[in-house]
Amino acid sequence: MSLFFEDIELGRVIELGGHRFGAEEIVAFAREFDPQPFHLSEEAARESLFGHLCASGWHTVSIWMRHAVAREHRIRAELAAAGEPAPGFGPSPGVRELTWPTPVYVDDEISFTTSPQTKRVLASRPGWGVVESLNEGVNQEGRTVLRFFGSLFVERRARAGA
Amino acid sequence: MDTDAKIYWEDVSPGDVFELGERRVGREEIVAFARAYDPQPFHVDEEAAKSTMMGGLAASGWHSCCLMMRLMFEGFLSKSSSLGSGGLDEVKWLKPVRPGDVLSARYSVLETRASRSRPDLGICKSLCEVFNQAGETVMTCRFTQFMGRRPADRGAGA
Repeated sequence: MSLFFEDIELGRVIELGGHRFGAEEIVAFAREFDPQPFHLSEEAARESLFGHLCASGWHTVSIWMRHAVAREHRIRAELAAAGEPAPGFGPSPGVRELTWPTPVYVDDEISFTTSPQTKRVLASRPGWGVVESLNEGVNQEGRTVLRFFGSLFVERRARAGA
Repeated sequence: MDTDAKIYWEDVSPGDVFELGERRVGREEIVAFARAYDPQPFHVDEEAAKSTMMGGLAASGWHSCCLMMRLMFEGFLSKSSSLGSGGLDEVKWLKPVRPGDVLSARYSVLETRASRSRPDLGICKSLCEVFNQAGETVMTCRFTQFMGRRPADRGAGA
């Protein structure tokens, strides 16, 4: 297991774990960042396009991120325990085609995945590449609630050995 | 005079621009958001952040999106017939958001069309740009906005 650019396998689907979205956290997140009525109360949501109280899309994607970063920390801990080098963390230049095809309703259990799709080396940043992954969340009925392509700067093994 | 001041789909046209107000971003909220959702070193640890590509502590890109969302809510969505978003074409994080930055945002309408399947619904393609106090663009977001149609006009002009 490694997180270096060279070792990332394209097309592999990586399970990141799951999360149950409780009513309290849905409302708390929305109050802070996205206080549209359908994220704040069941009553208001009944008159909306969504039909019931549902999580802000930013909440859903933030929980995806929590799981993706947790995996990165787990792997780095394993590498450290084995005395092996680990790449530095790289930021993301952006995401594209992000959709929320089905709302996340109260008590939905969402399973998250990531799947690397493309890799390219960067002439402008020696030692780093960019990996684009397809990232998804699926509810307990198998319906997709989140789907997006996210890019990430990933360190190359050559740099760490240099 | 129209007593209903709410902004409906009929009231917006391509080229319309709404300035969305300002929001200062504190160190504590940057770290709190990142601890909860995105605990990478450059979002939670000032010292560790210095040796990363970020060059210092910076807000999670998702935090920036959430602050943009709040600015959009206060400055536009809460005054409109917004019905939510159908998704984002793209988000670009162009510059780090640093502790103490004062963010402002601008909402631009790019395209509008009536829904084919829902006579009470209109669709906008929109762009939101977020700037720091130096006038640098820190992020942009292109997205689809659903808006309710003015009740008297529903179904017309589709």
